[in-house]
Amino acid sequence: MQEKVDVLIIGSGASGAAVAWSLAETKMRILCLEQGDWMKSSEYPSTGRDWEARMHSDWATSPNIRKRPADYPINDDASPIKVVNFNAVGGSTVMYTAHYPRLHPSDFKVKSLDGVADDWPVDYATLDPYFAENDRMMGVSGLAGDPAYPHHEPPMPPLPLGKTGSAIGRAMNKLGWHWWPSDTTIATTEYDGRAPCINLGHCTPACSQGAKASTDITYWPHAIRAGVEVRPNCRVREITVGPDGMATGAIYYDRDGKEVFQPAEVVIMAANGVGTPRLLLNSVSAKFPNGLANSSGLVGKNLMFHPWGRIMGQVDEPLDGHRGPPICLWSYQFYETDPERGFARGYGMQFNRMVPYITEGIENMSLGRIPWGGGHHDAFRRYHNRRMSVGICTEDLPEEHNRVTLDPVLKDAHGIPAPKIEYTMSDNTWKMMRHGLARGIEFMQAAGARDIVTNAPLALAGWHLLGTARMGTDPERSVVNEWGRSHDVKNLFIVDGSIFVTGGGVNPTSTIQALALYIADQMKQRLSTLFD
Amino acid sequence: MTDMMLTQAETDDLRALAGMIVPASAKYKVPGADDELIFADIVKSLGRDREDVRAALAQAASKAGGSVAALDAAAREKLATRLQADGGPQMAVLTRVVLLCYYRDDRVMVSLGLEPRPPFPKGHVLEQGDWSLLDPVKARKPFWRQVS
Repeated sequence: MQEKVDVLIIGSGASGAAVAWSLAETKMRILCLEQGDWMKSSEYPSTGRDWEARMHSDWATSPNIRKRPADYPINDDASPIKVVNFNAVGGSTVMYTAHYPRLHPSDFKVKSLDGVADDWPVDYATLDPYFAENDRMMGVSGLAGDPAYPHHEPPMPPLPLGKTGSAIGRAMNKLGWHWWPSDTTIATTEYDGRAPCINLGHCTPACSQGAKASTDITYWPHAIRAGVEVRPNCRVREITVGPDGMATGAIYYDRDGKEVFQPAEVVIMAANGVGTPRLLLNSVSAKFPNGLANSSGLVGKNLMFHPWGRIMGQVDEPLDGHRGPPICLWSYQFYETDPERGFARGYGMQFNRMVPYITEGIENMSLGRIPWGGGHHDAFRRYHNRRMSVGICTEDLPEEHNRVTLDPVLKDAHGIPAPKIEYTMSDNTWKMMRHGLARGIEFMQAAGARDIVTNAPLALAGWHLLGTARMGTDPERSVVNEWGRSHDVKNLFIVDGSIFVTGGGVNPTSTIQALALYIADQMKQRLSTLFD
Repeated sequence: MTDMMLTQAETDDLRALAGMIVPASAKYKVPGADDELIFADIVKSLGRDREDVRAALAQAASKAGGSVAALDAAAREKLATRLQADGGPQMAVLTRVVLLCYYRDDRVMVSLGLEPRPPFPKGHVLEQGDWSLLDPVKARKPFWRQVS
């Protein structure tokens, strides 16, 4: 029998680390269960000559391809967009691009402003101090003064524009469109024990230099020093409940596969927008026959992904290629609703500095641009380091038919039912996507690019897992309340992307972590009445 | 050379295909992907792609009338045209494996102007770029949507 803890956190990624660090000051006994292990930066891909090849094996973005021991399978056959994630201490912050926009103020008010979906029960102004605190903890680089956002001051200067950023800027200025250096969690100076970026270029599958913020090197060292315990290689099967309907803890499998019950006073779910509903749906009891915290029937529903479009073109002058962080700029020119466009809401644009140079060649071969045989070398060199790429991050609004359920057949290595994804893109999102692709082509033409191609939705682009246990004030229309507590189970909290009401058109990690800090603060302020 | 997991015929065909995909170039002073060192890396690196590669080899051998390695230069050229046009996903995997090994060879990297090393620990130099380009954007008034 394990010793009872005050707070049990499931998942050590973006939100689990933030909530653990914030709650540590209470001196409560806090334990985090993580299904993956601590990662070793000396084993990251950019330390070896096979760094690109590993994107197709043990560092693939899809857990279904990667198949590390920590990974669980996901049936995403019924979705054009496949889930990508990472399972380790630090979660998917180990494997992400470090692009770090916040949601915009309008994103929290889409019903009021545009008559679609629902407003959030919190707003940008409420979260603003938590965004700032999180920027400080993760270590954000950027440039203050972006006219597309309320003013905020990133703690470190921005990444260099480089050749690619300058070429992008020239093209955007021709069009008169907004662009700005991205906020990023890549350190540009020494910061909190992290070394500054040295442009390894291979940022997404973990940073050997430690310049990219992942929570195993940002929040966790601070939280552990403050007394929080992280227990790796522990895969949770279910959250248990007592006769009073309160959560009593979790059953997990330890690194030896032994079943363990961990009792707790409070349980906090931080397992992402697929892992959290999977666990709640697997936590079936007489009192909760349809899954834990699911009286609304909304656990697993309203899955949002950010369907992704990509526009690529080739320019004549050499660009930065793989010599720098992959995403360098953003544009919010088309972010807000314009009724004349024929769709609600909008999208963010992201400008890529690079793809790895062999990958660039492989993709160009698949497009028929680089032949086999005698013409291969000339063609490879013609395209080498000359790619421009724009990403279109569309806001897909919540729809209940887009969902996570339990697969009736597929199970993980411990016999736990795997998640099944059912997802389609709405007409509104398609209209938005087509608009974005057309603007991307205009950009490429302004940049003087040739051989322009588009691709949408990108299949391996299910990075952002949102909405599957939404927050709200109405227990019939939401899973958690306005400060993250389950409507049904008063000692169960959710702090990950599941609680998003809408998704905006930006990468969500910054907002996920700000929300986690906000919920932790709410818990601290209500400690004596937490379960009332 | 023969890998335990590939037959001799498969190994011979893979080497022939590697050389058809990326032949040696006197112009760029680089070996082909059928070079002894590079091909050894390809065979060693098949890993979880092995079964797809074997399927691609079977497909290629079938189109070649039994053996790719046995074809003369003209027949290989015709086969290459067919495989590029309708090789399918398994041939794409084979091509990917060949390229991933070929372009990390020291000689090939040097010919592309790259240092033959992994990214870490040396990294790369990235110029700051022209920050004055941002001046017109800085001059814009805030345009984020106000909410009450």
